[in-house]
Amino acid sequence: MGKTLSEKVWDEHVVRNAPDEPDLLYIDLHLIHEVTSPQAFDGLRLAGRKVRRPDLTLATEDHNVPTIDWDKPIADPVSRTQVETLRRNADEFGVRLHSLGDVEQGIVHIIGPQLGLTQPGMTIVCGDSHTSTHGAFGAIAFGIGTSEVEHVLATQTLMQARPKTMSVTVNGSLPAGVTAKDLVLTLIAHTGTGGGQGYIVEYRGSAIEELSMEARMTICNMSIEWGAKAGLIAPDQVTFDYIEGRPSAPKGADWEAAVEHWKTLVTDEDAVFDKEIVLDADTMTPFVTWGTNPGQGVQLGQNVPAPKDFEDEGDQVAAEKALEYMGLEAGTPMREVKVDTVFVGSCTNGRIEDLRAAAAVLKGRHVAADTRLLVVPGSVRVRLQAEDEGLDVVFKEAGGEWRGAGCSMCLGMNPDQLQPGERSASTSNRNFEGRQGKGGRTHLVSPLVAAATAVRGTLSSPADLEA
Amino acid sequence: MEKFTTHTGTALPLRRSNVDTDQIIPAVYLKRVTRTGFEDGLFAAWRKDPQFVINRPEYDGATVLVAGPDFGTGSSREHAVWALMDFGFKVVISSRFADIFRGNSGKAGLVAAEVTQDVVEQLWKLIETEPTTQVVVDLQERTIQAGALTAPFRIDDYTRWRLLEGLDDIGITLSHEEDVTSFESSRPSWKPATL
Repeated sequence: MGKTLSEKVWDEHVVRNAPDEPDLLYIDLHLIHEVTSPQAFDGLRLAGRKVRRPDLTLATEDHNVPTIDWDKPIADPVSRTQVETLRRNADEFGVRLHSLGDVEQGIVHIIGPQLGLTQPGMTIVCGDSHTSTHGAFGAIAFGIGTSEVEHVLATQTLMQARPKTMSVTVNGSLPAGVTAKDLVLTLIAHTGTGGGQGYIVEYRGSAIEELSMEARMTICNMSIEWGAKAGLIAPDQVTFDYIEGRPSAPKGADWEAAVEHWKTLVTDEDAVFDKEIVLDADTMTPFVTWGTNPGQGVQLGQNVPAPKDFEDEGDQVAAEKALEYMGLEAGTPMREVKVDTVFVGSCTNGRIEDLRAAAAVLKGRHVAADTRLLVVPGSVRVRLQAEDEGLDVVFKEAGGEWRGAGCSMCLGMNPDQLQPGERSASTSNRNFEGRQGKGGRTHLVSPLVAAATAVRGTLSSPADLEA
Repeated sequence: MEKFTTHTGTALPLRRSNVDTDQIIPAVYLKRVTRTGFEDGLFAAWRKDPQFVINRPEYDGATVLVAGPDFGTGSSREHAVWALMDFGFKVVISSRFADIFRGNSGKAGLVAAEVTQDVVEQLWKLIETEPTTQVVVDLQERTIQAGALTAPFRIDDYTRWRLLEGLDDIGITLSHEEDVTSFESSRPSWKPATL
């Protein structure tokens, strides 16, 4: 019997396996940021251990960093301490760090692909659940906790039980105005937040193959939101074209050898998945969340659901709590939900294509009165590229705020936060209670919906602007 | 890590599903660079409500948390496990745990005991009727006993063994260092490096 893509990549990285023990897996790339690493470096110091492979390790500052005044010391003393701790640790252990102010700084999952460090067939980990983003290249990439960060620093390996495999086949083509974000939100509403648990998921089918690398990253990024261990997409010419010429891409004969190997990284025809899901892209429409987990979503054209709409008693209770927290009444058309802040950014939708999509909608238009638009590029390179293309001018002329790179309002560890009761339309990945600031209410949306919402002040798609 | 064999204590009923890591400990509490003191952030938003179950005096000193399905979804922050442990919890019982949370629990020494939702419901009833009920979590036998209820729980063999022995993962892996070195010598030269 043949192997699935994820089984091939997994098997290439098994250092050791023994009965009744998890596999010992080699890690090709370990990404680090300031929030989940300090206790891991402390552990190394206490045990007198070194970083085994600093040459396979890369650190950046993203979660805490301010998106204004980034050339000044960080104002929040606690955030500053955490960032300074990372700088000291990187220096002491010889790890390459892209600090605030460095042209390569940015959200950890944006800069890996951008530098060409993310390549097919790799194993990539980071103390951050959205590490699944890198799966878009046909890599096995997943988030780990701080104990595991320490384990990888010390040994460049991880003990991992082999996950089951699942395929999500998306047939057809996404209609115009419907994006990768809508696709993945539709999927999560279908599976629930626990539907992927214990599986590495391969996204496949014509609708996936037609996507750009950036859109594929959006899909894989949200794998964790339905509980999957990791999500990946088989590498193809789109993948190779994206990587070629980037700073860390293989060159010359190495490039030829690498591509030859990468072309073998596809699921064999006779391979069997433990579970299969099939979706149809042709019928998809813009999709938004109404509740407090990413599975609580509906089509933009639908209404806020009522608890009684759900069969499962647990779902009914969850819906009731979510509606109360979100301050929404069942039956309200989603299009009538008024939004205070629109956030465009994050590792889900903070890449150049996302900013281009939002800018195309906003060009020649203005943000609604009482609505705030915050645009935060995912990396310094994305910011510079956008400025080169004049996108910053589009955002500013529309009345939006143009910021520096970082995680920003996705999780509100820096000053970019919602006020209690404030409502956002956000291109990020989590609508959990208080995620974007205590008492804040989040609707997850695509960059197109975000931009149209900023113009109308209520949840909208670009088509609503033409009506 | 301390060895874990059997734990006996009172339990706290948390009647919620999808308790994500942002609820267990909001991001603003993750800025500490030390390993201790995270109890102040545990369920920080919910704790402001005096009626929230953790604030009710009858559950003071509870060491076993009984929660709804999909506990620990969301971020990879091990701080969620640390916050629970720093607050005094030794065991979390649920019918479904998010993978990363479950992994982090095993590393840090918190027992994530998976049971059927039916067992969760029975435990909720028991401890809501009688909050002083002693819940016995036996890792050796993989059973939970409370009042007249005895139920099995699931935890993978390897995590159970490590918890029973109180073993340090890094120490175990370093005992296989030759395998790692040998693997490294066979990696293709075109794999990327950061330095």
